[in-house]
Amino acid sequence: MEDSKTLEAELLAEIAAADSLDALEAVRVKALGKKGLVTARLRSLGAMTPDERRVMGPALNAMKSRLAAAIAERRAALENAELDARLVEERLDMTLPVAPREMGHIHPLTQVLDELSEIFADLDFAVAEGPHIEDDFHNFTALNIPAHHPARQMHDTFYLVPDETGERKLLRTHTSPVQIRTMLRQEPPIRIIAPGRTFRSDSDATHTPMFHQVEGLVVDRETHMGHLKGCLEAWLSAFFEVDRIRMRFRPSYFPFTEPSAEVDINCSRQDGRLVVGEGEDWLEVLGCGMVHPNVLRACNLDPEVYQGFAFGAGLDRLAMLKYGMTDLRPFFEADQRWLAHYGFDPLEVPTIAGGLSR
Amino acid sequence: MKFTLSWLRDHLETDAGLDTIVATLTRIGLEVEAVVDVARLLAPFTVAEVIEALPHPDADRLKLCRVRTADGEVQVVCGAPNARTGMKAVFAPVGAHIPGTGITLKAARIRGVESRGMLCSEREMMLSDDHEGIIELDPEAPIGAPFAEVAGLDDPVIDIAVTPNRPDALGVAGIARDLAAAGLGSVTTPPVTPVAGAFDCPIAVATEDESACPLFAGRLVRGVRNGPSPAWLRRRLEAIGLRPISALVDITNYLTHDRARPLHVYDAAKLKGTVRARLAAPGERLRALDGRDYETRGGECLIADDAGPLGFGGVIGGEASGTSAATVDVFIESALFDPVRTAETGRRHGIDSDARYRFERGVDPAFVIPGLELATQMVLDLCGGTASRLVVAGKEPAPPSAITFDPTRVKTLGGVDLSTARVRAILESLGFVWAEADGSAEVTPPSWRPDIAGAADLVEEVLRIHGYDSIPAVDLPRHQGVARATLTEGQRRARAVKRRLAVEGLDEAVTYSFMDARLARRFGAPETLAIANPISSELGMMRPSIVPNLLLAGGRNRDRGAENVALFEVGPVYHGSAPEDQLEVATALRMGARQRRGWRAPERAVDAHDAKADALAALAAAGAPVDKLQVVAGAPDWYHPGRSATFRLGPKTVLAQFGELHPRLLADLDLRGPAVATEVFLDRVPLPRRRASRARPALRLTNLPAVSRDFAFLVDRDVQVGELLRAIAAADRAHITEVELFDVYEGEGVGKGRKSVAITVRLSPVERTFTDSEIEAIAARIVAAAARACGAELRR
Repeated sequence: MEDSKTLEAELLAEIAAADSLDALEAVRVKALGKKGLVTARLRSLGAMTPDERRVMGPALNAMKSRLAAAIAERRAALENAELDARLVEERLDMTLPVAPREMGHIHPLTQVLDELSEIFADLDFAVAEGPHIEDDFHNFTALNIPAHHPARQMHDTFYLVPDETGERKLLRTHTSPVQIRTMLRQEPPIRIIAPGRTFRSDSDATHTPMFHQVEGLVVDRETHMGHLKGCLEAWLSAFFEVDRIRMRFRPSYFPFTEPSAEVDINCSRQDGRLVVGEGEDWLEVLGCGMVHPNVLRACNLDPEVYQGFAFGAGLDRLAMLKYGMTDLRPFFEADQRWLAHYGFDPLEVPTIAGGLSR
Repeated sequence: MKFTLSWLRDHLETDAGLDTIVATLTRIGLEVEAVVDVARLLAPFTVAEVIEALPHPDADRLKLCRVRTADGEVQVVCGAPNARTGMKAVFAPVGAHIPGTGITLKAARIRGVESRGMLCSEREMMLSDDHEGIIELDPEAPIGAPFAEVAGLDDPVIDIAVTPNRPDALGVAGIARDLAAAGLGSVTTPPVTPVAGAFDCPIAVATEDESACPLFAGRLVRGVRNGPSPAWLRRRLEAIGLRPISALVDITNYLTHDRARPLHVYDAAKLKGTVRARLAAPGERLRALDGRDYETRGGECLIADDAGPLGFGGVIGGEASGTSAATVDVFIESALFDPVRTAETGRRHGIDSDARYRFERGVDPAFVIPGLELATQMVLDLCGGTASRLVVAGKEPAPPSAITFDPTRVKTLGGVDLSTARVRAILESLGFVWAEADGSAEVTPPSWRPDIAGAADLVEEVLRIHGYDSIPAVDLPRHQGVARATLTEGQRRARAVKRRLAVEGLDEAVTYSFMDARLARRFGAPETLAIANPISSELGMMRPSIVPNLLLAGGRNRDRGAENVALFEVGPVYHGSAPEDQLEVATALRMGARQRRGWRAPERAVDAHDAKADALAALAAAGAPVDKLQVVAGAPDWYHPGRSATFRLGPKTVLAQFGELHPRLLADLDLRGPAVATEVFLDRVPLPRRRASRARPALRLTNLPAVSRDFAFLVDRDVQVGELLRAIAAADRAHITEVELFDVYEGEGVGKGRKSVAITVRLSPVERTFTDSEIEAIAARIVAAAARACGAELRR
């Protein structure tokens, strides 16, 4: 018994002294291995008398458990120490740059169109589209632009070479043909906006041979000029993100509307910077009016029954006014520096709930 | 259309000042573009007297002037050769802004002598380019009087933009009528009194084509003196930018602007026989008053006598028959010309004139004779002489017919509730004639308003005079409840594709729908897409593909220092001129490196498979059934023949084409590769099936452990790995959930013309854990399928 106690004490001391996992393993083999000291004693139980065994059996097994626990405890301590030592060595320069996961940019025209689509969806307007290569009827005749109107001359309109039937197609000079196609296709009530590419033979800082318009059309039985004002006020305020934009309606002339108006909104000009929706200056933004009876007739609608309004604005110009570009030409030059500066994060989707812009 | 305030006051008696008049003009649709108030601009400049002009002590060409001004005596150094003692001159004090130089005057020492102000030249006042000397004023001009007043420049000039429907506003009298209707006073235009003729006009007139010239009138005035016009007339013409010529010509110009009544005067001595309006034959020649020679193409409306053309009717007169200082007998023409033909003649020959401007918009057909009477009276007043009786050919067109008008249209169309009395008063003030009929009215437009055709026009007249700003804004009635979606599937899809491609690191471009014709043909554009009148040769044809525009943009970005280009555009391409030939195509271009050189990985150049990944991203965003698409090698000839392909749905429908761009194309455009492109045809992506329910099928998951097995196959080099993967996936659809390629190897150890393809297959049990023999059975099916489809051998 005495002997066993001494052995246990010695082994516990050795376990405590083991300074590495290898040393600890050596102690374990020495004590509990197949040929270990404790193992040998346990084996010797067979040669003992039953009485001796009754005493020594539990004693030796208890000792084995205690030693195993001590070894486990020591192993955990040594492993922790070893991990700590390794962690001291494991260091990265966290200032090293990582290659950014770069996103591209959404063109301001797309962004502005998405903003308008949101606004007009809230006002029940669908988005209508039509072909860019048009014919005389849809671009001019149906819009009450007589054959001798100056806009029909080569000066403003791009024409394609005549086709095999001799017909001379043209590039639409406004998005108004979409209004015609919509009225020919769909029974009133109609509420659409028609955004898209338009083409005129013109080129300087504020004119490019291709540009974009957005037009609106409402046709039903009772919409009048007061509704036109209300509608314009609603969308212009929403688009420019001001509480209530101030507008000035000036009588004007377009062949396809009667009465016709040009619309100015209030703005301020300070240090060459234009701010829309505040100040006392006026800025012309769009043309509008009540759909001309001849246009309704051209679309097989009886002007005694149906009426409504139409408006049109430059989409590029709206983008410029809201986002501060001063030159139209770079819109179409695909300069990545310009796109990065004036473009939008693709995840910045304009919504009514989230706001149109940040 | 320019006019001066005093000119307007000839026709309008009003208490309103300039600012009110200007605001009202814009409000009623006569938009004021500019107001030049010279008096305001020249306010600091006053009359002064040079008491003494002495030589400058230190400069030969300068003079030292003692100047008497309203504020006392001032010393001014002056360089003008005509500065002399006793003259009256224009003085600008220190602090005055000199319009001609843009400088604000300061007290200065000039060659050691103090100078406190300036004596001004015409150029400094922006009156002319004359800088030879200072302005010399009338010796009687009172010292201190504003220069503008003394020089008769104190009449503000108003410039309005007149819309094409308002020819009546191309005369000052018509503008006054509108202002009076808007409540700004009363019209004071005197009625026209006919001038009795003293003899029969010896010159006969005729009109041969009454559609081109319905009415042609004239008369002779004998014994005139055609000197310069009086100062008031010259000043008015100069104020609106016209050059005074002689009294006779100035009278015609004056009435053109005063009454929108163009006229023409001929030296009767130079006329031979009957003066007639007729259509031109081709090849007739005319030297016009602008000094240019014209040759008719035929069909123009000519004024001619028995000797030949005298002028283009309603456009411009001829030089030979014009008046001069020597003119004694003058023949005055007042006629009516067809707007369309007048515009066509002007356009054809490139002639812009005040007459054309008015005739092509439509002059008052009822004012032909009164205009002639007015002109006659002015000639008699300014040039003397005796007038003949009138000669008239043709007849005045029928007056406009009455419009049946329900006054409540002002409310139902215009949105303003006005009493019938108010509606009637406005229309009558504009010259409309109102006749009551039961419930509605018969309204006859005045002869000077060719634009009025129906009730909508009448509503506009009432509204513009009442004021557009007084129309109450009303909200459009809105759909009950939450706003519904309004975009079409195509629009929704284009939106998603754009944002998806931008997330992939591509910048969205918008480029022109047209492009260089030669390049367009190379991309398959048919000749019907050529533009007849392009703005430049680089924009001569509609684009059949967006790739070339992006490539050229890529080159420009390179030139500006960008190494790597990543651009996309979602927009139209044109395969013909019919509406259905316009397709919406998402196009992406990458040039240079896909991944830049970095410390974690080397640079990786873009390759055809980057384009494939872009195509897949766009197709997925567009809602294409990506897992059902077939890849077919090869694409149109702007792609590298061996490094390009199409994605197809079924054998025929090409949803996308992509790959490396052809090296020859890049070389021809002087671009450095590598460059890859992707074109996704959004319109060809099938529309999703409309489902009754938004609910998705139930999700069936098992928590039994999945098993992965690796296979290495040897196949011929030409075997397309996609085929192999597809065959393996089909070997046991119930259990194979993923087939993933992790290596393709050619070279040592696999034999010539062969390649090794390493694949991981993931197997998921359905009901219970796999046994070894089940796994072996599936593996055997995989190997068999690979062998069958591609002749693949399992590599041992």
